[in-house]
Amino acid sequence: MSLFPLGWQHYLLGGLIIGTGTALLFVLTGRIGGMSTVFSSTWSYVVQRPFFQQARFVDSRSWRLVYAAGLVLGALVWWLGFSGGVREATAVPVWQLVVGGFFVGYGARLGNGCTSGHGICGLGSLQWPSLMAVLTFMATAFITANLAARWLS
Amino acid sequence: MSHQNRNLSGALATLAAGALFGFGLSYATMIRPEVVLSFLRFQDFGLMLVMGGAVMVVVVAYTLAPRLLARPLLDDHFHKHPSTWNRNTAMGAALFGVGWGLCGVCPGPAIAGLGAGNWDLLWALAGIALGALVQGLRAR
Repeated sequence: MSLFPLGWQHYLLGGLIIGTGTALLFVLTGRIGGMSTVFSSTWSYVVQRPFFQQARFVDSRSWRLVYAAGLVLGALVWWLGFSGGVREATAVPVWQLVVGGFFVGYGARLGNGCTSGHGICGLGSLQWPSLMAVLTFMATAFITANLAARWLS
Repeated sequence: MSHQNRNLSGALATLAAGALFGFGLSYATMIRPEVVLSFLRFQDFGLMLVMGGAVMVVVVAYTLAPRLLARPLLDDHFHKHPSTWNRNTAMGAALFGVGWGLCGVCPGPAIAGLGAGNWDLLWALAGIALGALVQGLRAR
């Protein structure tokens, strides 16, 4: 049994590129580029409740959308230029994507960060609360994924 | 630089940084929920290399840039985003993990995957957006 049955180089290089994007954003604009905030800040365009009208969402909502558009653009470049042009798809059932997605969105916003916010930016700035958050979501994700593999398939 | 030019160059820099992020996520196959789930089921430890590689670069940038530069190249100050450990962080992280373990999709790949034609991820994207909305409506 191998730790990396599909090879390891693309994982490490991909991670270094992700880090370079986050680092570039900081060096050029001073911004901290976690991804989950865009899901709250974008609601501030249409939901008037005070929670969504906080300055931290309203002031950052436009650059966060540009950053998200960049994500799509970068994946498009990879797809057209490096992947052999086969459209990506997933066999994960729709209900799992929707229900799992709901908990991902709710949890990331309640906990103020996701795999990139706590995982990359939080650990990257050496903050122990982010390390605690990463260990917590890794633990519940390990349990859920293994139970789901046993019970749902 | 005029204010308008600075806004434009800031937007282009943000787009380029996001594009690197999205390219890296795709190159590392993190936009495939199956690969993420195989990590969570201890079948392929690649995700540790992705996260480790990214954190290494970011540690260097976050540590050195404010020491070497008075301000970011295109703006006037370096932001800080202190994280806190409290009930909400713990509960939020735990729920995030449950959802992540169920679908294998987190916010970055949900967005980036669309650029590679993975329309299935729109379901996850809708779920995440709805979850963020409900969180905000319940918050005080």
